[in-house]
Amino acid sequence: MSESTLSEAALIAAPPLLRAERHGRRAWRGVLYALPIALLTLIPLAVVLASFLDPQPEIWAHLGQYVLPSVLKNTAILLVGVTMGVLLLGVPLAWLTAVCEFPGRRFFDWALMLPLAMPAYVLAFVQIGLLDFTGPVQTWLRDTWGDSSWFPNIRGTGGVLLVLSLAFYPYVYLLARNAFATQGRRALEAAQMLGVSRRAAFFRVAIPMARPWIIAGVTLALMETLADFGAVSIFNFDTFTTAIYKAWFALFNLPAASQLASLLVLFVLVLAVVEQRVRGARHYHVKSSHAERIRLAGAARWGAMLWCALVLAVAFIIPLIQLLLWVKGVWVDDFDDRYPAFIGRSVALAAMAAVLLAALALALAYARRRYQGRATQWLVRLAILGYAVPGTVLAVGVFIPVAWLDNLLLAALQPLGFEGFQVLKGTVAVMLLALAARFMAVAFQPVDTAMQRITRNQEEAARSLGLSSGQVLRRLHLPLLRGGLFTAMLMVFVDVMKEMPITLMTRAFGWDTLAVRVFEMTSEGMWDRAALPSLFIVLAGLLPVFLLIRHSDRH
Amino acid sequence: MLAGFAQAESVTVYSARNEQLIKPLFDAFTKETGIDVKLLTDKEGPLMERLKAEGKNSPADILMTVDAGNLWQAAEQGLFQSTKSGVLDANVPVHLRDPKGQWFGLSQRVRTIFYNPKTVKPSDLSSYEDLANPKWKGKLCLRTSKKVYNQSLVAMMIAQHGEAKTEQVVKGWVANLATDVFADDTKMLEAIAAGQCAVGIANSYYFGRIVDKKPDFNVKIFWANQNAEGVHVNVSGAGVTKYAKNPKAAVRLIEWLSSDKAQNLYATKDFEYPVNPKVKPDGLVADWGSFKPNPINVSKAGELQAKATQLMDRVGYK
Repeated sequence: MSESTLSEAALIAAPPLLRAERHGRRAWRGVLYALPIALLTLIPLAVVLASFLDPQPEIWAHLGQYVLPSVLKNTAILLVGVTMGVLLLGVPLAWLTAVCEFPGRRFFDWALMLPLAMPAYVLAFVQIGLLDFTGPVQTWLRDTWGDSSWFPNIRGTGGVLLVLSLAFYPYVYLLARNAFATQGRRALEAAQMLGVSRRAAFFRVAIPMARPWIIAGVTLALMETLADFGAVSIFNFDTFTTAIYKAWFALFNLPAASQLASLLVLFVLVLAVVEQRVRGARHYHVKSSHAERIRLAGAARWGAMLWCALVLAVAFIIPLIQLLLWVKGVWVDDFDDRYPAFIGRSVALAAMAAVLLAALALALAYARRRYQGRATQWLVRLAILGYAVPGTVLAVGVFIPVAWLDNLLLAALQPLGFEGFQVLKGTVAVMLLALAARFMAVAFQPVDTAMQRITRNQEEAARSLGLSSGQVLRRLHLPLLRGGLFTAMLMVFVDVMKEMPITLMTRAFGWDTLAVRVFEMTSEGMWDRAALPSLFIVLAGLLPVFLLIRHSDRH
Repeated sequence: MLAGFAQAESVTVYSARNEQLIKPLFDAFTKETGIDVKLLTDKEGPLMERLKAEGKNSPADILMTVDAGNLWQAAEQGLFQSTKSGVLDANVPVHLRDPKGQWFGLSQRVRTIFYNPKTVKPSDLSSYEDLANPKWKGKLCLRTSKKVYNQSLVAMMIAQHGEAKTEQVVKGWVANLATDVFADDTKMLEAIAAGQCAVGIANSYYFGRIVDKKPDFNVKIFWANQNAEGVHVNVSGAGVTKYAKNPKAAVRLIEWLSSDKAQNLYATKDFEYPVNPKVKPDGLVADWGSFKPNPINVSKAGELQAKATQLMDRVGYK
C-alpha cells in the first residue's frame, strides 16, 4: 500500500516501545489510581442501572412496537450525520488555520473556537426562529415571491444535523488544530521530500498523522450528541434521550427509563472500544518544524476566508446578533442587581470544575500510560462514560447516593444536637463531584492525546538521570502536557457554564447561576428573556478562549 | 425539637413553576406575615426524585408544580400530606383540587382552540373532536405529544369518551396536520398567524403573552366544547409535603395564595385564570369573555396520563 509507506516514510521511525508494566505487582497500582476517579461516574450509573432488575414487560412491549424503531433509526442517523458534519467542518478549518496562510487567518484561528460557548439549545432555537415558515427568511420570500413552500424544512432531520454539527464541530477543530499545529508542517516537509502534491500530503500524510486527535474530537461530539436533550427537543426529534424522558415523565416508569439508559450506556461502551480500535497508535514528534505555512494563492485565498467567515457567521455571529436583539427588548425589566452574583457563581463553579477535572484527567491519563493492565484500561473507559448520559439521568444518579449518605450522617449527628437537614447536600463539593462525573471525557481526551506525544525514550532518559516518578511528571510531563491541559480546562469551563440539569439538582438554596436563569425562562418558552443569561454565558465563555490564545501565542 | 426557637418562621418551597412568576408573590407574603420563603426551582421530575431521595430529611414544606398530571403523580408517590383547611375548601372549587386534600389548584389555564380569522369563521368551529373531521385536512397545527399539557388533554378525553373513541379522534388530528408538530405553543400560534395552518390547540396564557406585546396578532381564541361538557382546564398548584418541618406556615402560604388579593396577581400576571370564583379575571384575559369549563376533576388527567401517552404513540402523534 503506497499510503502506508508514505506515512511511515514521513515518520522518523519511532523508537521501540519498552514493554509497559503489564504484569506483576505494578498492575494493581494503575487500578489504585483509576478506580477512585472511575467511581465518581460508576456510582451514579450503578444507581440508575440498578432498576434494570425490575422487569417492565408491558411498557417494553409498547416501547418496542411504537417508540424504539423510530428512536433507533433517528439515533443512528444522528450519529452518522454528526460524524460527517463535524469532520467536514472541523478538520478542513483546523488545517486552514494551523498550516495555511490567507487573509484573516490569525483572527479565524481563535474565532472559530467561539461556537463552543454557544449552547446547542440556543443555536437550535435561533436557527429555527430564523429559518422556519414563520421566520424572517421565509416571510420575506413570501412577501417578495408569494411562496416559500419550496424552502427546505428546518425542523426536519437535515436541520437537526446542521445545528448539532455547528454546535459540536469545535471539539474536532480544537483537537485537530493542536495536532496540525505541531505536526502538519512536518508532514508537508516529508511529503515535499517525497515529491507528492499538497493534496496528497493532506490526505495521505497529515490526516493519518492527526487521526488519533480527530477521532478523540469526534468521540466527544458523539457523546455530546447522545446526551443532548435540549436541542433535539426543540426540533421535536425523537432520540434515545427523549425516549428515556418519555418513559420517566410521561409513562411514569422509572425502571423502564433506566433500562433505556442502560442500553445507551452499553452503546457508548461499544463506541469506546471501537474508538480504541480505529484510533491506532499515536506516533508523535516533538521536534518543531521550520517549514513555511502554505501561502494560499488566488481564488483559494478568498475561498478559505469566505468559508471560515461563513461557518463563524452561521454558528456564532448570527445567533449572537439574535441574542443581542432579544436582550435589547428585555434588558430593562430583567437585568437586576442579582446578575453580578449569577455571573460570579457561574464563573467560579466553571473555574473550580476546570481545575479539578484537569487534575483528575492528568491522573487518569498517567495511570493509563504507566500501567497498561486490562483493568486500568477498562476503568478509564468507564470513567469517561458520564458525558454520554443525559444530564438529568446522571443528576438523579448522583443525588440519590448523596441523599442516602446524608440520611445516615443525620441519623448519627442529630442525637448529638445537630440541627439541620443537610450535611453534604447542597454543598459546592458535591456539585463539583457531580460535574466531574459528567465532564471527565471532555478533560480526559485532550490530556490523554497530549500524553501520547511524550515518547517512551524521553521518559527513559529522564529516569536514567535518576529522577523519581514525581520528578519525571513535574519536569518532563507537565511542560509537555501544558497545551493539552489548557485545552481541557477551556472545554470544561465552557461546558460547565452551559450545564443545566446537574446544576439545578445539586445546587444549594439561592445558589442560582446563569444556567439556572436560562432554565427558568426556557422551561416556559420565554426565549427572548432567556437571551440575557445566555448572552452572559457566551461572554463568560470568551474569557478562557482569549486566555488560550494568549497562551498558545507565547509558545 | 430545638429548632423553631430564636429563628424567624420560614417555609421552604420546591417549585417547578418559574421563579419570575411566583417570587413577587412570596415577597408580598413575607412582607405581610413575616414568614420567610425559601425557594428552589427545578423541573418537576427531578424535584420529585429529590423529595423521594431526601425522605424524612427533606427541607421542603411545599411542592409546587404546573399541570394536574404532575400533581397527581406526586400524590401517587406519597410525597404530599393531606391538608384540612376551611379556607382552601372555600377558595378552590372541588374539581380543581385533589379529592383527598393533598394538593390544591392555584391558577387555571385553559387549553382551547385558536384560529386564523382570515381563513376560518368561528361558526366553522365547535370542539376538539371536530378537529379530527377531514374538512380540516392540512389545516391543523399541534404541539408535540411529549408535552404534558397535551397528555392531560387526551387523558381527559379518555375519561370522557373511553379509549377507542379517543384514539379515533387523535388519529384524525394526526391525519389533518399541516406540518410537523411544534415543540412549543408559542411557535405554533405564530404558525397559525402566518397562515401555515388555520387552527390549533394551545394554552391561553401563551396567546396572552403574544397579544400583550402585539395587540394586532392575527389569531383569535375560541372556547371549545361549549355545547358539550365544556372547555378543558388544567391547573398549576401546590401541596404540603409529607415530611414538612413547618406545616402550619406551609398551609398558611397556600391559603394566602388562594386568597382574593393574591389570586389576581398569581393568575393574571401570566395571563392565567384565578381558581377562586370570587376573583374576577382582569385586563386582557377578561376581554376574551367567559367560558364554560369542563367540571370533571382535574386529577383524572394524572390517572390516565400514561394511557394517553401510549395512545398517542400508537397513532403516530410525535
